[in-house]
Amino acid sequence: MSVLVDEDTRVVVQGITGGEGNFHAEQMIEYGTNVVAGAVPGKGGQEVHGVPVYDTVHEAVRREDADASVVFVPPAFAADALFEALDTSLDLVVAITEGIPTQDMTTVNRRLRETDTYLVGPNCPGVITPGEAKLGILPGNIFSSGNVGLVSRSGTLTYQVVDNLTQRGIGQTTAIGIGGDPIIGTSFIDALELFEADPETEAVAMCGEIGGEDEEDAADFIATEMDTPVAGFIAGRTAPPGKRMGHAGAIVSGSGTGTAESKIEALNNAGVPVGDTPEEVADHIEGFL
Amino acid sequence: MRLHEYQAKGVFADAGIPTPDSRLATSVDEAVDAGRDLGYPLAVKAQVHVGGRGKAGGIEIASDEDELREAAETIIGMDLKGYHVDRVLVEAAVDFTDELYLGVTLDRGEGEPVVMVSSEGGVDIEEVAETNPDAIARERVDPAYGLHSFQARKAVSEAGVPRDVSRAVASVVETLYDLWEANDASEAEINPLMVTDGGDVVAADAVMNVDDDALFRHPNLAEMEEESYTDDLERKAGEYGFDYVRLSGNVGIIGNGAGLVMTTLDLVDYYGGDPANFLDIGGGAKAERVANALDMVFSDPNVDSVVFNIFGGITRGDEVARGINDALSQFDEIPKPVVVRLAGTNAAEGMEILNTELVQVEGTLEDAVQRAVANAEEVNQ
Repeated sequence: MSVLVDEDTRVVVQGITGGEGNFHAEQMIEYGTNVVAGAVPGKGGQEVHGVPVYDTVHEAVRREDADASVVFVPPAFAADALFEALDTSLDLVVAITEGIPTQDMTTVNRRLRETDTYLVGPNCPGVITPGEAKLGILPGNIFSSGNVGLVSRSGTLTYQVVDNLTQRGIGQTTAIGIGGDPIIGTSFIDALELFEADPETEAVAMCGEIGGEDEEDAADFIATEMDTPVAGFIAGRTAPPGKRMGHAGAIVSGSGTGTAESKIEALNNAGVPVGDTPEEVADHIEGFL
Repeated sequence: MRLHEYQAKGVFADAGIPTPDSRLATSVDEAVDAGRDLGYPLAVKAQVHVGGRGKAGGIEIASDEDELREAAETIIGMDLKGYHVDRVLVEAAVDFTDELYLGVTLDRGEGEPVVMVSSEGGVDIEEVAETNPDAIARERVDPAYGLHSFQARKAVSEAGVPRDVSRAVASVVETLYDLWEANDASEAEINPLMVTDGGDVVAADAVMNVDDDALFRHPNLAEMEEESYTDDLERKAGEYGFDYVRLSGNVGIIGNGAGLVMTTLDLVDYYGGDPANFLDIGGGAKAERVANALDMVFSDPNVDSVVFNIFGGITRGDEVARGINDALSQFDEIPKPVVVRLAGTNAAEGMEILNTELVQVEGTLEDAVQRAVANAEEVNQ
């Protein structure tokens, strides 16, 4: 089992004729993902890696019965691409694009609330169900199929923790990179809810970082709503206050909220062990299984 | 991108928010000339990107030309929390009866804009938020509709703003929201908004941060960008376009992806070392960018040892390896020991290319960090 995506997921790649879209569409197809169409305004009628391209997402969905999209559209046009995706009946939209203006995302987010669609990202590595499908830019070869769910705000940290798990023979149901921007679609809580409901997911690894209060909110959710055990990791313990550490969201405010300490404390209070190193996260997960 | 006070005030004034008469001065003579135009008393305010300028000595009040000269001589050229002051705003002082706070920012948790009004302006508003949160009236804005006029009136009323100026203040709140939205600001703030004896309102300070990701559609604001750095290394990082933060330690850290780089810092600390910097080469970095990153870290005299931590996804291990080779082959002797850990996309190809005569290679993050920490300790023995 898996959450969000599996071998039957029918994927549209928005921006498939661009450099990143083209490269990663090929990688996704090679991984076995059921990529059924591309959508690029003005490029309808072409074919990329054997996949038909349509001018609109609507047409791609109608003709190819797609139920998910992955977005590689440049930031200036990304909000429009997301509105277009949300205007169809897609179950899942994965936004890889980095650098979408925040106010654009406030309106996308507002529209999202009126739909039943899951939006993952933006500025995220995507979603993968090992051995079945990957939507995004994650390196497929480090993942293996199994019974651990993973949710992370950081792409490369996702890879690191997955590597620690895979190296000791622990496979994953699905890994979801939710992205590090201040405004994202699927939150920790949304992902945890999906894993809790998935009978195959026996434990969850959750990778957070400094900034915002999403991890604290997730801790409340874990304490009150989850039976599946969760192990955590929080990046940014050594980050100085007030400095932006790469991610738009990764900044510690002067007032003490959003710090690594407050997140680790909240998780510990919710019964979630937090590893000092990625290797320790794998130790905790191993202990759960 | 943060605007200087004088730039933000220009944006606010253009939108119709009253601001005091003022002149920008880059020398004592210019400041004295400004004083003759503006009259006394007036304020001399350092134009640098730091908070708490007043407490740090960056704002002085002058009641005559001698005091102005003295204030300008002190402030121009001073070092304010590590930033060099090369200009001041000379501004007519405002006689006020009340000081208010107005702000527009993003409520991250809700993903919506929020408008804030407080009658306790003129002080550190973060402190008010901590000690007396009820003193700040907040109104969340549905981005599909924008700020309704009634919301501005409601916030002003709930903040206890004096009734004789409530209409004028609500009008400034609406204008502030509109300019926040129109300029893709992440933050727009007036603290204080002064209420005068005559019942007028004047923005005595102005803060505006603009979303860097949206600058492409605001060329007028992009032009105003004046990066200020606390040191030459940060300036260099700005030129190379790196996300870089200088820290106090001696283990230089280069990696890809903010989360992984932060984790590397944390592990250096965990294993008893002290990180010298945060440096994220970003996604999909080519060889030249990798070489620039090494140049950055070698330029820091505090660095005794370097760790490279790359987990390729969109970034490719062979490109990174090429960049490391290019950068290091220029040295007769490598200035500081470099430990490399390569994993993920094209890592195997990268390992084949990597010149292991120039670097130490470790297979795991934990091993790489421990080796780099040991290297740094060795240098200091």
